[in-house]
Amino acid sequence: MSETVEKIQSIEAEASSAIGSAGTPAELEDARVRFLGRKAALNEILKSIAQLPPEEKGPVGKAGNQTRGRLEALLSRRQEVLEAAALNDLLENERIDITLPASPTIAGGSLHPITQTRREIEDVFVGMGYKVAEGPEVERVHYNFDALNHPPNHPAREWTDTFYFSDDVLLRTHTSPVQVRVMERQPPPVYVIVPGKVYRRDNDATHTPMFHQIEGLAVDENVTLGDLRGTLLEFARAIFGEDREVRLRPHFFPFTEPSVEIDVSCFKCKGGGHLKDGSRCNLCKGIGWIEILGAGMVDPNVFEHVRESGYDPEKIQGFAFGMGVERIAMLKHGVPDLRLFYDNDLRFLDQFGRGVA
Amino acid sequence: MRVPMNWLAEYCDPGMDAAALADRLAMTGTEVERVVRHGAQTTEGFVIGKVLTREQHPDADRLSVCGVDVGEGEPVTIVCGAPNVDAGQTVAVARPGAVMPDGTKLKKAKLRGVESNGMILAEDELEIGGDHNGIMQLETDPALSGRELAAGAPLIEALVPGEDVLELEITPNRPDCLGVYGVAREVHAITGNPLASLPTGPSPEGDETFSIEVQDHTLCPRFTARVYRDVKVGSSPLWLKQRLSAAGQRPINNVVDITNYLMLLTGQPMHAFDMDKIRGGRLVIRNASEAEKMTTLDGVERVCDEQTVLVCDGEGPSAIAGIMGGAISEVSDETTSVLLEIATWNGPNIHRTSQKLALRSEASGRFEKGLSAELPLEVQELAAKLMTELTGARLTSATIDVAGEIAAPRAVKLRATKLRALLGAEISAQRCAEILQRLAFDVAVEGDDVVATPPHFRAADITREADLIEEIARVEGVDSIPATLPAAPAAIGRLSGSQRLKRRIEDLLAANGYHEAITWSFTGAQQLAAISADGAAAPEHELLTIANPLSEDHSVMRPLALPGLLQAAKHNLARGADAVRLFEVGAVYSGTADEPREHTAIALLLSGPAAAGTWRDQGANGDFYALKGVVDAVAAQAGVTPEYQPIDATHHTYLIPGRAAEVLVGDVSLGWLGELHPLVAKRFDLPDTVVGELNLQALSALLPEPVTYEPISTFPPAREDIAVVVEAERTADEVLGVVREAGGKLLSGAGVFDVYEGEQVGEGRKSLAIRLTYSAPDRTLTDDEVAAARAKITERLESIGGLLRG
Ligand SMILES: [Zn+2]
Repeated sequence: MSETVEKIQSIEAEASSAIGSAGTPAELEDARVRFLGRKAALNEILKSIAQLPPEEKGPVGKAGNQTRGRLEALLSRRQEVLEAAALNDLLENERIDITLPASPTIAGGSLHPITQTRREIEDVFVGMGYKVAEGPEVERVHYNFDALNHPPNHPAREWTDTFYFSDDVLLRTHTSPVQVRVMERQPPPVYVIVPGKVYRRDNDATHTPMFHQIEGLAVDENVTLGDLRGTLLEFARAIFGEDREVRLRPHFFPFTEPSVEIDVSCFKCKGGGHLKDGSRCNLCKGIGWIEILGAGMVDPNVFEHVRESGYDPEKIQGFAFGMGVERIAMLKHGVPDLRLFYDNDLRFLDQFGRGVA
Repeated sequence: MRVPMNWLAEYCDPGMDAAALADRLAMTGTEVERVVRHGAQTTEGFVIGKVLTREQHPDADRLSVCGVDVGEGEPVTIVCGAPNVDAGQTVAVARPGAVMPDGTKLKKAKLRGVESNGMILAEDELEIGGDHNGIMQLETDPALSGRELAAGAPLIEALVPGEDVLELEITPNRPDCLGVYGVAREVHAITGNPLASLPTGPSPEGDETFSIEVQDHTLCPRFTARVYRDVKVGSSPLWLKQRLSAAGQRPINNVVDITNYLMLLTGQPMHAFDMDKIRGGRLVIRNASEAEKMTTLDGVERVCDEQTVLVCDGEGPSAIAGIMGGAISEVSDETTSVLLEIATWNGPNIHRTSQKLALRSEASGRFEKGLSAELPLEVQELAAKLMTELTGARLTSATIDVAGEIAAPRAVKLRATKLRALLGAEISAQRCAEILQRLAFDVAVEGDDVVATPPHFRAADITREADLIEEIARVEGVDSIPATLPAAPAAIGRLSGSQRLKRRIEDLLAANGYHEAITWSFTGAQQLAAISADGAAAPEHELLTIANPLSEDHSVMRPLALPGLLQAAKHNLARGADAVRLFEVGAVYSGTADEPREHTAIALLLSGPAAAGTWRDQGANGDFYALKGVVDAVAAQAGVTPEYQPIDATHHTYLIPGRAAEVLVGDVSLGWLGELHPLVAKRFDLPDTVVGELNLQALSALLPEPVTYEPISTFPPAREDIAVVVEAERTADEVLGVVREAGGKLLSGAGVFDVYEGEQVGEGRKSLAIRLTYSAPDRTLTDDEVAAARAKITERLESIGGLLRG
């Protein structure tokens, strides 16, 4: 190996070390000038190749140019490292307080808990094959009472109990009149639920003159009381939890027969009536069951009113149920006072805004 | 209705405590509101005592020191404050440990230095009656005198010191359960335990007759009467008082107590007339004449109408049928002859009259539910027994029975197939027959079917197969029916397009910072006046008015949701909210009672910043344009871009006329929005506020067909900005309209991006900066094409007085 090639190798070793140890851009620039500058030893060697003996020209030129290439690469890599380090130092001083509040695209609004509960119930029944029907709040006595088999002296008809506009026109006292309207419009089978506002002439701690109900109606050739039970069991589990059971108690409603009230097993005490600490469960009052709705098999007299639309009580049968949305919402969310739903206090509404939209 | 457990057990012993029975009843269709305790909390500690000695207390004038035999060998000392206590009496004693009605546990006590080992009881101390004048003397009680009452025996052998009482809610279809005996029949049906029959009374001793005429049997299906002589009105025996009190009825005198007792037992109300005060010796049951007056036994003069039914004597009204007796023939302490009326009245008529007269009584509440016309005959028998035994009276007449045609109960067929189809459960015909028999039906099994005739007291309620199925289901237990789901191939669940639109809009508003409110559908004239800028008159709306409102504030159905939202905004601002953004989706109403109208409104209110400020941004100001953006976004959910036109201020007196708009799509009005009039805002203590209301049904009607794809141009558009100075009155829409028309097909977009008013453009003028976009689907436009289009636009703008700025 020629002397010159050895010199090149020694230059490369020295330069590599200088570049690698350069800690600032200035030191790196110094190293560049020193080893790759115009007056640097390597450049001098490459410039003087012409004067070398012919057998050395090749090897020296090759070694010099390779060394130069490697050093240039080393230099630019070192430069990147130094620049990144400098940037990181800079960024280190630009820390922000990540605990300050976010800038939201828009501050959250909310759906009213009644709307949320109504939708939740609607979705359960839509999933079971029901459509959602609606009807007028200002209703005729015929639809609200007569066609629903309320005898002429039924107490709910009284002017002390129901809001009237005239002898024939009232504010509906339940969503049930829509049952009749739906059956007038379409022949069986019918699977509908009816959400809406209803009105009763009551105003005290546990009653508001306006509240919300959801009515359900299933009419087909062979819908049974057992089907009612199964349907409402599915509903109760969807709303109150998978472990829930339902209980049917006989009751009386003018437009269903047999009529039942449905209780759901208490989701606070798991139906035992007592909490873990042994105290009586205040949600179900120690009974283990909570009444959630009224239901029953549609009374044949109701079908008689819509017989012309295809409802022959000998050929079809069905069930109906009705529940108070406020009651379900109060149970589900632990809202203690009915009035909170109608104060429209933002501090209340805001609690139901999480997860909206 | 209150059912004392001891009274119930006399006819059917449930064989379980009150709580367990309450549960059984609840699961078979009789709702139990609660179980309460009447009288002493315990029966232990209450015994029969014999007063052996009575001495004056050494240190107290009003106290006696008694030696009382309570069956412990030696008499015990009891200090008593009653004036009537004396040696020789048989008394009720509460011993230490006994728990009184108010829950206090009796202890030995020293009274002025003398130790007392219990308490000799007065009626009121066990809630038996109201008498506190003295202690109860058991040996003088008509029902107990002559009976062996051993000292130290439990008091309950003579008198119930305390018991559980069921408070039942009887459903309107079961008037037969409005008496203790009816409930005993239910207990028999659900437990199978034996049912004792009601006792029968003596046969009439005399053949006294009395003239009774019923003019209309549809109003009075049956009127029965019996006549009693030598009645001695006095106090009732303790057991009777105790039962009445436990059932919630105050004891009065033996005759009145008997009528109340029998009503509480059988459900059948009755009325006792003082026979000597029935003028003319006859009764006529007739309709009142218009405005006919009579004074009821509560001393109030009642004005009747022609549908009121009266029981009249020879000279005039003596009672209002089925509701209340008259003062004129009321039984008093001097009464010696009684005519006992037990009748059946027309339910709806009684209901109507009771409403009309605003007069409700225990009797009317029962009659209006429709009672069996067979019942009066049975109850007359019972009454005879009690009247003769408790008042010493002689029954001097047969039952005078004036009845119309009374329909017999009809047999009803129950098909096992129908039962199975309806319940989805298997119950054998044999089991059905068994249940119906226990419910006192006449039953015949015919193969798979059952033919059942209801007892008279259920005849009105049981007329159809469905009624029988209900009876069987409830006694068998509806809770035992297995859960299944309908096999419903035709059930396809989905929301309609407009229901989905409503949800999208609600979600959009919530996501944009609006809180959903639910306000009352009611409003009032005062609230509507408050949203009129001049405050004088309600805005011009056709108002749907409630005939029987709860209050003036709630007497009108809201024609718009604004008053409720303003109230909610006021509520929140008063409680420290710095911005209120509310929406409500609900019905608003108009029209008349004959032709009512309602539609669903989307109401909006923005008070304070349009968006909440943050720690580095104060939030955009809530003004017309902020809410207009919301309205645009709502309309976009229905796929439409609305136009905004000046509004008729006379219909929207709550808005600032120059800062309000009607929202239109074509010629369909979707609603309105605008800044709230400052005078209205002031009444609700609101800062600058913007409000609006859209019609959801109108929006739904515009829901578009599915979008059809249009090719996207691959050629770049050309953009340029122009500024045009126009008269200040010209609206942006007008100017853009001119631009678009002039730009023709090549102009693919034009929009205002800045507005300037000031010295540079001169008084009464404004400058609009407009961005123009030109494009063609099939080529890149040349400079010449763009220049030609702009020249046309410039020319048209100049023709409306516009001046292009360099
Ligand atoms: Zn519980």
